[in-house]
Amino acid sequence: MKKNIKYLAILALGLVACESEFDNPIDEAGVYVSGDADFSKYVALGNSLTAGFADNALYTSGQENSYPNILSKQFAFAGGGEFTQPLMADDIGGFSNDPSVFGPRLVLSNGADGPVPVPYSGGQPSTDFTNKLTGFFNNMGVPGAKSYHLVAQGYGNVAGVAQGTANPYFVRFAQSDNTSVLADAMAQDPTFFTLWIGNNDILSYATSGGVGEDHNETGEQNPQNYGSLDITNNTTFASVYSQLVTTLTSGGAKGVLINLPQITSSPFFTTVPNNALVLDETQAASLTGFFQAFVGIATQVLASPPNNIPLAQAQAIAAQYAIQFNAGPNRFLIKETSPTNPFGFRQMTEKELLLLTIDRGALAQGYGSVVLSDEVLQVLGLLQMGGTPTPEQGALVINAVSAIEDKDALDSAEVAAISAARTSYNAAIEGLANANGLGFLDVATILDQAANGGFAFNGGTVTSDFVTGGGFSLDGVHPTPRAHAIVVNGLVKVIESKYKANIPTVGPADFGTITFGD
Amino acid sequence: MKKLLLLVLFTLVTVVTYAGGYRVSAQGQRALAMGHTGVAVVNSAELVFFNPAGLVHLENKLNISAGVSGIFNSVIYQNAELGLSSETDSSLGTPLNLYGSYKVNDWLALGLGVYTPFGSEVAWPTDWAGSYLVNNIELAAIYIQPVVSIKLSDYFSIGGGPIFVTGSVNFNRNFNPSLTDFEGNRSNITVDDSGVSNWGWSLSAMFTPTENFKLGFNYRSEIVLEAEGGEATFANFPDTPLLPVSNGTTTFDAELPLPAELTIGLSYEYNEKWLFAFDYNRQFWDVYSSLDLTFGNGASSLNRRNYKNSSVYRFGLQYEATSKISLRAGYYLDESPVQAGFFAPETPRNDSQGFTGGLSFAVTPKLAIDASFLYLRFEEIDASYDFGVDPITNEVVPFGGTYKSSAFAPGLGLTYKM
Repeated sequence: MKKNIKYLAILALGLVACESEFDNPIDEAGVYVSGDADFSKYVALGNSLTAGFADNALYTSGQENSYPNILSKQFAFAGGGEFTQPLMADDIGGFSNDPSVFGPRLVLSNGADGPVPVPYSGGQPSTDFTNKLTGFFNNMGVPGAKSYHLVAQGYGNVAGVAQGTANPYFVRFAQSDNTSVLADAMAQDPTFFTLWIGNNDILSYATSGGVGEDHNETGEQNPQNYGSLDITNNTTFASVYSQLVTTLTSGGAKGVLINLPQITSSPFFTTVPNNALVLDETQAASLTGFFQAFVGIATQVLASPPNNIPLAQAQAIAAQYAIQFNAGPNRFLIKETSPTNPFGFRQMTEKELLLLTIDRGALAQGYGSVVLSDEVLQVLGLLQMGGTPTPEQGALVINAVSAIEDKDALDSAEVAAISAARTSYNAAIEGLANANGLGFLDVATILDQAANGGFAFNGGTVTSDFVTGGGFSLDGVHPTPRAHAIVVNGLVKVIESKYKANIPTVGPADFGTITFGD
Repeated sequence: MKKLLLLVLFTLVTVVTYAGGYRVSAQGQRALAMGHTGVAVVNSAELVFFNPAGLVHLENKLNISAGVSGIFNSVIYQNAELGLSSETDSSLGTPLNLYGSYKVNDWLALGLGVYTPFGSEVAWPTDWAGSYLVNNIELAAIYIQPVVSIKLSDYFSIGGGPIFVTGSVNFNRNFNPSLTDFEGNRSNITVDDSGVSNWGWSLSAMFTPTENFKLGFNYRSEIVLEAEGGEATFANFPDTPLLPVSNGTTTFDAELPLPAELTIGLSYEYNEKWLFAFDYNRQFWDVYSSLDLTFGNGASSLNRRNYKNSSVYRFGLQYEATSKISLRAGYYLDESPVQAGFFAPETPRNDSQGFTGGLSFAVTPKLAIDASFLYLRFEEIDASYDFGVDPITNEVVPFGGTYKSSAFAPGLGLTYKM
């Protein structure tokens, strides 16, 4: 029996040893630390990127995959507190009280010519922006907000929505009619913050094809006088941003400032190439012939009343319309207003961009080049036979040119205006980060990598290709959950080095990209 | 004695641990108690499995052995870089065995065995970090084997016979690391098949130069289970023609090899009370190079395994304490067939050391109760599976971290001889 007791002891030992445990379990204290930072009250300020807006709408699963929400879960390993978001009422997005402007999210559907993003049709938006949410929210990202909106009082006043002085997204969770985003953030006594603002100060101008005004050109510094599609003046931006940083750090909070990516490398501007006018040999010869005829007619028009320009000068002016087309891809024509360009169009140059929203069906029908009706062809035939067209017939040829409208393209001057403003904004952001001892995330470099060959992570790559790239949602501007995860890893790296913290990163492959739908 | 039995029963019902593995060495309570040695031990009808050539050496005309082990296996996982941690859900694996032998005359014995040398049961939390490799898997193979044992001389006998295998599998995993339907449910695939059968064989020999010293050899052939037309269920895929697959049930074909195993060993009896045994197993795992599934809807899933042949070194000791009680103990070193970079969480198996013990109690001269226990100790290991491919992006998504497994298996059996 003694021996049996020995075996009992061995048996019991075996049972105890069976409870597995790691030598260094990650749930042990001291594995993840916040360092010099304190994550107990994290507040995220920003615009649609911060809110988790994607696929042209704000919806719950997009919010759950916003970089601040993902980051808050990583913070939770190192003393991070609860993180709340002003969640929409559904996963469809949009507002029930204004569904034409704020519609459902885009899903990828199978169109006649392949996959195409379409608004989700499986349900209607059920979020009413006049329904106020109660309490404070850690995620203070407001879709559509520009830098100066964060300090604008009344930005959450429902009465201002119709006039455009308030934002329906902020209306939902503003603590009072007259408060500002910044004031509501400060009322939460944040211990840590992220600030990613300024994209919309150039983006709304860019996505509207540059129809707004560039206030670096006008010199206007008062945002009260800005239209919604304008570029914010650099000085205005720097001053507002400085005010934001000063206020946010006034209570001793640590944080990270995030710079602005090159928005014109997003799929919204790169998906439709400016040389998508693909011609065969005959078509190219015919178009070139058309513009030779155009030059002749234009010379006549310029030399005739009421212009009465001397013939040699008229010929010199008209010569700019002798556009050559070749077999293969050719650049489209866009409208241009210039005193030296009396007929108001020219061929696009290399760096000029077409918008994702351009009517691609129309492009195939001659938008961006020439709409050759039978009447026009008759006039061209007449010219070929050596005949002389009447002024009416000449007008038919002149009017056959269908150059791309300003709203559908960014010309080189507009691209330059956007780029100059962004460079200035980013200098201000980085300068303020350094001056205030804050973390600085250069997200622009990450996006540049995505746009130039791809940003690689453990388990894949994201590129800036529309639909297939994995980095951009179906609106071509806003990031996917996977891109948010990459931003989180960038933030973690900055926070670790700046504040001597240790926080786990995330696996971008575990985050989704676009939503398929039918 | 009663206390021990009570304790064994108690642990059977209360220990909350888990099951895993693919080759499960628990094919006899007496052998298991001795480190699962037995190729040169003439003791009971367990020889049907360990070495049919030895059956003819059993003293009694009729020998029956039956047993069952309860394998509690736990696997924990963590990844410090990503803050991930998981553990397998509790489940119980129960390898069974039933053997009988009948001595026809002095030189011929016949036998029959039913045993379960392969099986796996691993259940990770659904949608855990490695869910694109496995959520849960249940694998079972039942071997049914008639054997013949022939004494060729006083020193040499041979044995063997055909093996009929019937297997079943149920395996669920997510389609890739992130795909969901519109509602956010993860897209996943379940394959299920049972009654997958095939044939194999075993051949063995025993050399008995002296009364006290025996040498054994046993070879069990490889058997490939070929599932054809099994049921595959695709669930929670987004409703779109843009993906190559959609929701619904289709068929699948797959092959799972049950590798060949070669055993050589010896036993030495000392002073009529002590018996020492040593077995060397060579398991020919290199046949398991890939787990490839072909689905009826045109999709396929190729999973590289690249196992290598591995060895197990087993040591056992038996002591006849009284005429009624035999005590046993053993140890073995089990090398993992899994190579670096191929550590898949569906079979999270690294090198292990087995510590065994047990006893037999003769209730009557004919009937004995056998008890065994096994504690399998694994070192924690930093390992990864570097060959998981996202079927949408076709990019490799590695999955790694730190794993630690442990297993405990109490077992009970009966031996009857007449």
